[in-house]
Amino acid sequence: MTESNNGVLVVVEMLDSQPIDLGLEMLGLARRLADSSGGTVTAVAFGTGLETTGELLSAYGADQVLINDHEIFANFHAEAWLPDLSKIVVEVAPALVLIGHSLSGTDLAPRLAYRLDVDVATGCESIDIVNGRPHMTRSCFGGLAREVVTFNKTPAVATIRSKTQEPLTQMMERVGEVQQVNSILDVNSIRTRVIKREREKADGVKLESAKIVIGGGLGLGGPEGFDTLNEIAALVDGAVGASRAACDLDWCPRSYQIGLTGRTVAPELYLAVGISGASHHMAGCGNSKTIVSINSDPDAAIFKSSSFGIVGNSQEIMPALVEEIRKLKA
Amino acid sequence: MKIVVCVKQIQNPEIPPVQFRIDEEAKVLIPVSGLSPVLSPYDEQAIEAALRIRDEAGKDSDIEITIVTIAAKGARAVIKAALALGADNAVLLSEPTFDGSGGYVTAHNLAETIRALGEVDLILTGRQAADWDAGVVGLGIAEILDIPAITFACDVQVADSVVTVKRILEDGIETVEANLPALVTISNELGKVRYASMRETMRAAKKPIKEWMPEDIGLDEAQVGSSAMRYELERLYIPVNDTECEFIGGDTPAEIAATLAQHLRAAQLI
Ligand SMILES: Cc1cc2nc3c(=O)[nH]c(=O)nc-3n(C[C@H](O)[C@H](O)[C@H](O)COP(=O)(O)OP(=O)(O)OC[C@H]3O[C@@H](n4cnc5c(N)ncnc54)[C@H](O)[C@@H]3O)c2cc1C
Repeated sequence: MTESNNGVLVVVEMLDSQPIDLGLEMLGLARRLADSSGGTVTAVAFGTGLETTGELLSAYGADQVLINDHEIFANFHAEAWLPDLSKIVVEVAPALVLIGHSLSGTDLAPRLAYRLDVDVATGCESIDIVNGRPHMTRSCFGGLAREVVTFNKTPAVATIRSKTQEPLTQMMERVGEVQQVNSILDVNSIRTRVIKREREKADGVKLESAKIVIGGGLGLGGPEGFDTLNEIAALVDGAVGASRAACDLDWCPRSYQIGLTGRTVAPELYLAVGISGASHHMAGCGNSKTIVSINSDPDAAIFKSSSFGIVGNSQEIMPALVEEIRKLKA
Repeated sequence: MKIVVCVKQIQNPEIPPVQFRIDEEAKVLIPVSGLSPVLSPYDEQAIEAALRIRDEAGKDSDIEITIVTIAAKGARAVIKAALALGADNAVLLSEPTFDGSGGYVTAHNLAETIRALGEVDLILTGRQAADWDAGVVGLGIAEILDIPAITFACDVQVADSVVTVKRILEDGIETVEANLPALVTISNELGKVRYASMRETMRAAKKPIKEWMPEDIGLDEAQVGSSAMRYELERLYIPVNDTECEFIGGDTPAEIAATLAQHLRAAQLI
């Protein structure tokens, strides 16, 4: 491996030829770290239709953007990503590789780390450079604890949780060097075959980008409870999420799950209805600006993270809340 | 066909937060006294996935399910639990420094243990261990053994030396297949696990458990514990939460809802 520098390499996940928010958030982090250590920021994007991606990622803080634009990268597939990505990381020789803590990122990062024979910290919430080494803070024990780890071999690979980092403001006048990757991928090296892909139709606001998220749990009493949550979401332009327990019972689609192994949201307002507030759930919503909860148990853990709380029966309060919000919006 | 399921013994991940304690000085968990350890839930589901494959194959199948675990101070209780669910036998790699060595070393040690078992067709692991929540060991084993890996499975089927997996995506489900040998990590979406039957629990007492030391499988000192570690734990702590909750009351649901709506409006949230 080339002598490693102070650089930070960011793998930016693309969706429909656009970077996902988490990619831009990581570029913000990378820029701050690189500025403090005197390194450069390299962004890497795999996908299709990436003609303008180079300029865009530069505008969000990358000094150098490597674009791997090919039909084969239209959908994430770790085995297709790895040969080029490993080669890029070896050539760029950064001190730190940042990958999103999405399902794709958590599938990719450990493979990359083992391929490079380095260690990986998953689900990081913050990274600081101390004496030239990345100190990575990550959640563990289902969200009850935090650990700070450092590695004794570079590059350090880290996956970053959504909504934990601020993106930079887009500045189109910030220009980086954009290069196309000469792919070395041999398609015969891909051993896993995708047979079918069924995506749920996403209607309404995306959970991660919603300013208001309404989460439902077992306290809703049944799948009907989600109807009221959907009504409120429609009125306030919000999105609906859920506890794993509610998903497990099929009260709502799986993709609603917020938490440790579900989505991570950090809206202006998280309205938790009939959710006990287990650390596993809070791992996905604890960074919300304001949490408001409705729970029949005055000792429910969720109140410990809430700015406003209502002790009561959600089946009675939610219909009333729909009416009140309707009045305010009228 | 030989299936290996890698499992980990952990402290019950669903204890009330007030019971959860850490020694910040020593940077270790202080185990809750009197609480018996459990199989990490995702690993329990990995065992379930293996059992479902064997059920599907029928009584006359030649499927052998082997439990593999690494532990510092024995893990008899959870191995027994795994065998009582229906696994055929188990291997315990006793590694005194295991607890502090991290996923990087664990994957290498598990990979060597699996190699020592000879031909293995399918390796199943949980998507992550429910203590450190890292999710790197399964993929690490696959990389080290150079076999295909499929993550976050909610359904696993095997036919004609091909494993077919339904895996979860953020917004749906993907069906992926690979030729055996392969590794699959199991997610909670696999669903409910079975209880140990009386019959299997009785049989479990007679099932073979091999206990290996690192040197038994050719691992030398440099490959286990702190000498092989790539990471250093700088700090371990419980984050403080100082949110002050203002409770909103009222005589009727309508009144409570109206006050809440006003608060939210005043805070410009709606
Ligand atoms: C390894 C692991 C990973 C996990 N990952 C996740 C995850 O990613 N996301 C997640 O959400 N969970 C996760 N969990 C599960 C988590 O620990 C909790 O069990 C789960 O979040 C509880 O869901 P809940 O709050 O809906 O249900 P419960 O804990 O049963 O809480 C229901 C709440 O509703 C209240 N209630 C009851 N009736 C009413 C009423 N009429 N009106 C108002 N309130 C009422 C009750 O007081 C209670 O507080 C995980 C668990 C483990 C072990």
